[in-house]
Amino acid sequence: MSTTTDRPQTEAVPAARPRRRWGRPMLYTSYAQEMALLNTRAKQLGVLAVIAVAAYLPLTLEDDILNLLGTGLVLAVGAIGLNLLIGYAGQVSLGHAFFVGIGAYTAAVLAGDPDGRYLGFGVSEAVVWIPVAGVVAALFGMVVAPLATRLRGLYLAIVTLGLVFIGQYFFAEWRDLSGGPGIGREAAVPVVLGQDLTRDGAYTEEQKLFWLFLAVLVVMALLGRNVARSRVGRAFAAVRDRDIAAGVMGVDLGRYKLIAFTISSFFAGVCGSLLYAASGQFSPEQFGLLLSVQFIAMVLIGGVATISGSIMGALLIAMLPRLASELPSFLPFVSSRPNEHPNVFEVELGLYGALIVAFLLFEPRGLYGIWLRIRTYWKSFPFSY
Amino acid sequence: MTELLTAVSIGAGNGSVYALLALGFVIIYKAMAVISFAQPAFMLSGAVLVSYLSPKVGFVAGVVLGTLAIAVVALVVERIAIRPMVGRAVFVIAIITIGVDIVVRVVAGAFVGINPRNIGDPWGLQVITIGGVQVQHRHLAAFLVAGVVVAALFAFFRFTRIGLAMRATALDQEAAMAQGVDVGRVFAVSWALAGGLAAIAGVFASAGNPIDQNLWIIALTALPVIILGGLDSLGGAVIAGLAIGVVEAVVSTYHSTWFPFLETNTGDIAPYLLMLLVLLVRPQGLFGTKEVERV
Repeated sequence: MSTTTDRPQTEAVPAARPRRRWGRPMLYTSYAQEMALLNTRAKQLGVLAVIAVAAYLPLTLEDDILNLLGTGLVLAVGAIGLNLLIGYAGQVSLGHAFFVGIGAYTAAVLAGDPDGRYLGFGVSEAVVWIPVAGVVAALFGMVVAPLATRLRGLYLAIVTLGLVFIGQYFFAEWRDLSGGPGIGREAAVPVVLGQDLTRDGAYTEEQKLFWLFLAVLVVMALLGRNVARSRVGRAFAAVRDRDIAAGVMGVDLGRYKLIAFTISSFFAGVCGSLLYAASGQFSPEQFGLLLSVQFIAMVLIGGVATISGSIMGALLIAMLPRLASELPSFLPFVSSRPNEHPNVFEVELGLYGALIVAFLLFEPRGLYGIWLRIRTYWKSFPFSY
Repeated sequence: MTELLTAVSIGAGNGSVYALLALGFVIIYKAMAVISFAQPAFMLSGAVLVSYLSPKVGFVAGVVLGTLAIAVVALVVERIAIRPMVGRAVFVIAIITIGVDIVVRVVAGAFVGINPRNIGDPWGLQVITIGGVQVQHRHLAAFLVAGVVVAALFAFFRFTRIGLAMRATALDQEAAMAQGVDVGRVFAVSWALAGGLAAIAGVFASAGNPIDQNLWIIALTALPVIILGGLDSLGGAVIAGLAIGVVEAVVSTYHSTWFPFLETNTGDIAPYLLMLLVLLVRPQGLFGTKEVERV
């Protein structure tokens, strides 16, 4: 509706640019104002504060926790991508692990040693291989997308599940690429502008990687938020809510499903290229159904169709192994040895399932929904009932 | 020729397992329009439970008791986790079943233990020779039992009151409610049936081998089966189950002749490739009803 008329309006607006009124944070006098990236002063300050605190964290925290949080930041990039696809565009995909794998292998091959045992081109600069990994994954996403225009809902979910199995087969089979099942190959070493981040210098490896991951996440989150609030994002929402109606209104369904898959795969590729930077080694089994389910858990636990929720969900899922390993000290019947039951590994896996079920039953908007409640409580204080 | 027929006999045995699992998926889909990803967990827990029961009460009684017990577990799961979600988006319910699957599987997996557990089946790896083709007892048994179960199931839908109610609900839920069908009970019975079928499938999937934590992966092959046969077709599930079983076994057997350049056996991904091929031609599967879009 608005797509045909908003062009003349936006040309007329700059003449008298509407200004925000002091003391009236919820008063918007134009559509552009309401759709702005950070549409209230509190959000502007809040986001800056969160980024500042996150950037300061490496100076205070232990290295092993930094490692976990860093993984969480990388996973958040993938989760944002999946949220754009599932949450905003409504296309259920269980195939995210496949695209993460494509990204991981592209990065590893580009950055790999040309004289090494496995395929490698020796392009060590991360500024090059991070975007290329995203682009290659996006190309695969474009190839898969036409399936989505023919299939809907659960059919699509199962076909993308098949993609994971087929992808895993080819990763395992192409030994020059992956090193084969159970063995694996070295991951891409992040070298930014000539600086090898995995060497301890003035700062440790974990600290430098954390800052790199944080920078990538901020850029990608900004990108995701901009996709979501633009014309493309509105088209996604229309396709999700009622695709036939969207088609009637002039949204090209095939095109926007293609865009959704491509963008989501790009995020997955970027996530994959950095996911194993800290551990330095990965094998084809890692891109299985479990990884896909973990990404879905991040989206659902964090909050469907929210960027900040995806980040919260990813951080929670990344911290889950750590939380589970702390359990034996609180619950004496949980054992930390793998040959006794129940042990922490079972508890961790069970927690994924239990958290998914519990959130969907009791807090369908996820962690973001909890935050929303807290915000509403204090906003309407002392009349918060 | 003998090699091919041997492959077909293996395929028919495995295919019967897939068909039983696929029937469970289709029954739930027809009742609630949801794919239950909890089937793999019911399959694993069925096999584990029978392995505990059969040394005490004998194999046949163990299988019957185990099947009933898993049906009750499925009933409880439906009541606690699924019923409150009725009316919500299909995708949300499907994801809940993934969560349920993980939880149930962890619990069942804890009972597998370190020592190899057998379900105590009488067949082992014995073979009989039919016309020069060696057929394993367990595959023959799976095929025959699946045939009996499928016949009983179709008779159940055709001749019983609740079977009629289930068919009515599948056709039009609101119209069925208006006629006095208790749709909640139909949901419950569907889940119980699916759980029981998964338990029987689990028994035959683990016959002859010790139970493995990764047994549930077999159940995922039932997903291409239901897509191939059509999500809402019971007959399609049986035919597609057998077809996928045979294709998988034949490709596994002839892998080294057909694809000498690939080291890993292609049999494992053959079902998924077949599913993709069929979907490109017929998005609703071979026997499924074509989706009608209403504005």
